[in-house]
Order: sequence, then structure tokens, then C-alpha cells
Amino acid sequence: MRLLKLVPDNTNIHFLKWRVPFYIVSLLLIAASLTLVFTKGLNLGVDFVGGQQIQVTFTQDQEAPVASLRERVEALGYGDPVIQRSGAENQVSVRFRLPPEIAENPEASDAMTTRVTSAITENFPGARIDDLSAVSGKVSGELFTTAMYALVLAMIAIAIYIWIRFEWQFGVGALFALFHDVVLTLGMFALFQFEFDLKIIAAILTIIGYSLNDTIVVYDRIRENMKKYRRMPLPELLDLSVNETLSRTVMTSLTLLIVLISLLVLGPASLFGFTAAITLGIFVGTYSSIYMAAPILIWLGVSSDSFVPAEGPGDRAERVTPRP
Amino acid sequence: MLDFPRWKKVWYWLITLVAIAASIPSLVSMTGARWPDSLPDPQINLGLDLAGGSRILLEADPAQVARQRAETMEEAVRGALREADPPIRIGDISSRGATLSFMLEDPSEIDRAREILLPLMNGVGMVREWDLQVLDGNRFVLSQTQAGLETAVTQAMDSATEVVRKRIDALGTREPTVLREGDTRILVQVPGLGDPTALKDLLGQTANLEFKLVDQTASPADLAQGIAPPGAEIVPYAADSGFAGQQIAVRRLGGIRGDSLINAQQTFESQGNAPVVSITFDKQGADRFARLTSENVNKPFAIILDGEVLSAPNINEPILGGTAMISGNFTVESANQLAISLRSGALPVDLTVIQQGTVGPELGADSIRKGLIAMGVGALAVLVIMVVTYGRFGLYADIALVLNVLMLFGIMAILNTTLTLPGLAGFVLTIGAAVDANVLIYERIREERKRGRRVIAAVENGYKEASRAIYDANVTNFIAGTLLFLFGSGPVRGFAIVLIIGLFTSVFTGVTLTRMWVAGWLRRARPTDLNV
Repeated sequence: MRLLKLVPDNTNIHFLKWRVPFYIVSLLLIAASLTLVFTKGLNLGVDFVGGQQIQVTFTQDQEAPVASLRERVEALGYGDPVIQRSGAENQVSVRFRLPPEIAENPEASDAMTTRVTSAITENFPGARIDDLSAVSGKVSGELFTTAMYALVLAMIAIAIYIWIRFEWQFGVGALFALFHDVVLTLGMFALFQFEFDLKIIAAILTIIGYSLNDTIVVYDRIRENMKKYRRMPLPELLDLSVNETLSRTVMTSLTLLIVLISLLVLGPASLFGFTAAITLGIFVGTYSSIYMAAPILIWLGVSSDSFVPAEGPGDRAERVTPRP
Repeated sequence: MLDFPRWKKVWYWLITLVAIAASIPSLVSMTGARWPDSLPDPQINLGLDLAGGSRILLEADPAQVARQRAETMEEAVRGALREADPPIRIGDISSRGATLSFMLEDPSEIDRAREILLPLMNGVGMVREWDLQVLDGNRFVLSQTQAGLETAVTQAMDSATEVVRKRIDALGTREPTVLREGDTRILVQVPGLGDPTALKDLLGQTANLEFKLVDQTASPADLAQGIAPPGAEIVPYAADSGFAGQQIAVRRLGGIRGDSLINAQQTFESQGNAPVVSITFDKQGADRFARLTSENVNKPFAIILDGEVLSAPNINEPILGGTAMISGNFTVESANQLAISLRSGALPVDLTVIQQGTVGPELGADSIRKGLIAMGVGALAVLVIMVVTYGRFGLYADIALVLNVLMLFGIMAILNTTLTLPGLAGFVLTIGAAVDANVLIYERIREERKRGRRVIAAVENGYKEASRAIYDANVTNFIAGTLLFLFGSGPVRGFAIVLIIGLFTSVFTGVTLTRMWVAGWLRRARPTDLNV
């Protein structure tokens, strides 16, 4: 049986030749993302800003009547609700920021919820309330801070681990690649104004994990090749390492994309944003392991001597182990 | 590397089979069939977002705990100084926030008073719970220490959690969870409950029942202005007591608290059929109740619930039997709720709802079905592509993948963890990521063969060289997962759990088990070439 090979043997693509233009593009994208996050802002969900969220499915309609829903809800006079499609065509989420005097008073906010939900179910036959949640401003503030802590701590802890296992330059490289992935994902959320809630933080941490897998595999090969080919110039050595691991990178990204796409297409609608974020992150993460994490080693001045004391000359010899 | 002694094989298979066996009950009940009661039944709990139900997050105010401690201390100080021989007289005790201060009538007794009060400042442990200062030669200031307050808050929250749990159990819903979150919060989740209002009513009631003597010296004019006579306090009537809007003055000290109850039942008044709550005191409470009622025949006493007067009947005769009726303007339902609350004990602190949510059951069922379909289709595609790419080795990876999913289910069931909607996504992602270890190893074996190594050496080197990267990648993913678990809440935590357990099972099945199978095949077939 002839087996499938997704990547031909002995590829020799000069990835690193384009490192400067790619870096410039990436830095521009990072700058653009940061600008978007700070100017346009993230469309924060109730998890993070507090308020009331009501999730509705219109079981009798193909498409949710967003405009007339907005009219009905605004007529109640509770300020400016955010009404967005969430997941499937016939599902929407309605979000309110509670006015302070209502937020302080549990009875008033309950009464308000009841009025809104009954306005929806009375005016739209077939509307089904799927999810009701209220988050007080205090809790939401905390959720946001702890989520940010989690992101920053994860990145720092991972960088320290890589520094210990490799060299400091690798730690910096991995950290930069992760920063790149996180910022670009945030930028994407700011650009398209997708709802940004706790689940998206989970998605970003997952992206960090996968992007790091790629980075580590490439770094591991770079370390190995540095011991093997002491005289090879660094750019060439990096190219060799990326090429050698290319078929694995493609294969793993492929299996991940397969399950992600099946989750996007067949999975529950409420997971759409979460899955979409991870899918996007797989691309960004694979790209950053090759174009962000590797070339930075050249500029940070990694030398082949870094790994010499770690290994004696005999270690590369063919090993003979007794067979049972 | 490829050498597997028999005992190792036995162990690996044992671990695999136990974990897989543990997954069976959950899988059976997911298909809707019943699992026989006589067999052990480790189950994965479904989170609220999958099962549907209500959740509320309650928070206590530590300042309230501090105020209560100040009240207790005030009573203790008065008692100790009164019982000194000869008694030490003091002026009014003023309490600002959680600090008490008072003056002695005779400043020369300062040292004696201090001797008496010092032992009260220490708690049960070695922690000093209060600081005692003497200012201006005559003013005692007692302030609470941070350590003392923290201990008190922890204790209050522990018993509040217990009380909440008892009350919810009394509701009789299935499998509620009551969890302490952080220092001052309690999370309550009740699957299947569509409307959290009843839950909130039940938990919103502190059920702090007190019997206090009415202070009849207060003039109606003072009462209207809210001025209490010395040693008394103003308490409003409850809204449905029939005297709404009015207030009365009651003696602050010397009453009885409802925490010495042993039972509370909803019954009906002997004449007529108004719902009432009948309560029974324990021995100590019965004695004190008997003493209070015998000493104050023909005087009114107030029945106070959560700081509001329910009624203020006259004591017609001493009540000696230790049982009493609480009448108010109850309905059968509200009387029953009060009885539940009284039975489960008073909440040591007020709890306010700071977060609440309800998920409809249709959405959850729909999510599970779609999630499982996505998982099935995704897994099938991955299985096919692995065999097509790596042949026999791919098949080993596929068997490992199937075992991996089953083990993941089984271990989650053994640990009794909760599967949430993002957790379901975690499952699907684990399937995609688990084969990464196999891909790394097999690609490496291909490379080693290309470099001309013999079969055995290539396989050995493949596993050895790939292990480093696999190890590092899993450790870093573990770091990310752990932080997600520590900082995340609710559904996100469910995702982190799946991710973390999945790391362990996928390394075990993808690396250890496949190595064992490959080694076995190499020994049996002794191939001279590898089709990988």
C-alpha cells in the first residue's frame, strides 16, 4: 500500500529569506490590532461588563426578526440594548447594561428581566428563552481582571519554562510569538466586534497552547541541529529545521482543522465564536512559530556554542542496546 | 526503549481497562438507557449549560460579621464588669463600626477593669481577636484584629454554606451543588430548576429569629421620630404584620435567639385555621424561655424575624414546655418556607445575590447532540487520515485515539467532574491534538529510515527523539490549562479540566501504548522494511 505524503520528502523552502518583510507585516498587524482594541474597543459580554443577558431562539422563524425585536425591547425604556445574532440564524442575544439604581436593587432588576422576557414571548410566538444571566458590576470587574491575570501569567510562566529548558533567547522568542498570537486575536475581535466573553479567554489560552506546541517542535529541532551542525550559519540552520519539521506541522494543523471545522459546521451554535477564535488562532499560531519565533533567534544572537556543554561527543554515535 | 517486561504490560492494560470501564455508566445514561442500581455508578455530571437549570451566586458582607462580633463583645464586657466583685460601673458603650468604646465611672479602677477584660480579648486558639487600648487615662477602646475578623468571617461562611445546603436539600430538587467561592461567596447550582425566584426567596431569608421584651417606657412621640430609650432599639413592623409602617422599641439585651431551636413545623392555629409556625426549643433554650416568660407575665414581647417585628403578643402566662407558636400574616407556603429556614438554622450573615442565570433544557440537549455529532464526524476524519498517512502505525494511533476518548470519559467519571459546553469542545479539540504525539513520532521514524537506519533503530530513535518535544509541549500546555482552571469560573473551568486530563490520557495512549504495540509487532514480525 502506498501511503499518503502531504509534504514531499526533502523540501527545501527558504522560509527565512522573507523574514524581514514578514516581520514588518506582523509588526504592522500588531500595531493595527492594538490600535483597534484601544480605539474601537472590544465588544465585551455581560461576563465582563455586568448587566443582563437574555438568549432567545425563534423556533418558528428562519431568521431572527432583529429589527422588530429591537423596537419592542427599546419601547420598554431600559436604555440601549445590544441585540446581536448569536450562533444560528434564528438565535439572538439581548444585552443590557443595568442602570446603577436598578443594578443595586435585586428586586428592580428581576422585575425588569421579567418585563423584557414577557415582552419577547408575548410579541413573538415561538420565541424560546434559552439563557438568562445577570452579572453584577462588581463580579464582572473581577472576572475581567482575573481573566487578564490568567493570560499574562500563562505567557510568563511558559516563557520561563522555555528559558529553563532551552536558552533565554528561545524564551523571549516564544513569548513574542505568543504575544503576537494573542494581540492579533484580540484585534480580530475588535475589528469584527464579535462578543468577547469568558469563553474567548479560554479560546485564547488554547491558542497559546497549540501555538506553543508548534514553536517547541521547531525549537527542539533547532537545538538538535545546532549540536549536530556546529558550523552551519544560523539562517540556513533555521531553514533546515523548519523544513525538517514541515510535514509534522502540516499534518498536525490538518487534524486540528478537521475537528475544528466539524465543530464549526456541526457543533452547537453557542460554541461558534469560541471555535472560530481557535480556528483562526491555529493559522496565526503556525505562522508565528515559523516567522516570529524562529527568526528572532538570529537577532537575539543565539550561537551554536549554547548547547555544547550539555552533551559529550559520544552521544551522537549509534547506540547499541542489548536485545532481549 | 522497545523492551516491555510482562509486568509493565499487565499494568498498562489494567490502567486502560479500569478507566474505560469507568466510562461505561456515563455513556449508557447518555443514550437514555438505565444503568442497573446494583453496579458501581461513576457518573460525569452535566454542567448547567448542558443540563439546563438555575444558578445563583451569593455574597456576604464582612462588615456585618464585624458588627455582630461587636454586639457579642459588648454583652460580654457588660457581664464581666457587672459580675466583678465589687462591680465596676461604666457609662454607655458606644460602638462605631466594629469598634467599642466606653468610660469608667471611677477612673481609679482602670487597672482592675483591664485585668478583667484582658482574657476576653483572646479567642479559642492562640490568636488575639481584639485589641484593648486605654486612652486619656479613662477611655477603653476595643478594636477587632484583622486575624480575629478573618477567622470569624471564615466561620460564618462555613456555617452559612452549611445552612444554604440544608435549605436547598429541603427543596427536594435533584443534585444541587453548593460551593464556597473565594472568601465571601457561595455558588448554588440547581439543575432542572427553571425559575430561580423560589430559590432566591428561600436563601434571601436570614431566618434570624429573636424574642425580645418590648420597652414600654418609650413615648409615642419618640417612637415616631425613631428615638429609642437607653438600652433599647427601634424595630419596624414587618410589611405584612398588620402594623406596617409602625415601629416599636425593644430591650436590646436579655432576649432569646432562635438558634436554640430543635424543630420548627408549619401547623394551623388551634382556633381558626391561620397558618402558623410551631417551634420547639432545646433544653437550654426552653429554660431561658421559661425564665423570660415567668419574669415578665403581662408584659408584651416581640417576635422579630430578620430585624422586623412579626407580632408583639402579651405574655399571658409563663410558657414552660419549651414550645411556642409564631403567628404572623402567613400563607401556608410562607409559613412552610419559614419553618424550613428555622429548621436549617439562621444564616450567620445576610447573603445578597450578585449573579444569577437560567439555562433552558432544550438548548442543553441540543448542544449535547450537536457536540457529539461534531465529535463523531471529526474523529472519523482524523482516524481515516491517520491510517492513510501512516498505514499500520496509523492504525495503532487510531486505536490509541479511541481508547483515549474512552479513558478521558472514564477518568472524568471517576473524579466526578462536570462536563460543560466548552468542555464538550475540549473533547473535540483533544481528539485533534492527541494524534500530534503520534505524528511527531512517526515523522521522526520516517526521517530516521531515510537516513538509512535499520528498522529497530529507526523506531527506537523515533520515539526517543520525539519524546523531548512531546514532553515540553505537554508541560507548557499543562501550565496554560492549570492557569485556566485556577482563574476561570464555571463553564470555562469545565473546559480546563477536560484539557488537563486529556494531556495525561493522550500521552499515555499515544506514546506509551502505541510503543508497546509497535514493539510487540516488531518482535513478532521482524520486518526488514517499514511502510510508514
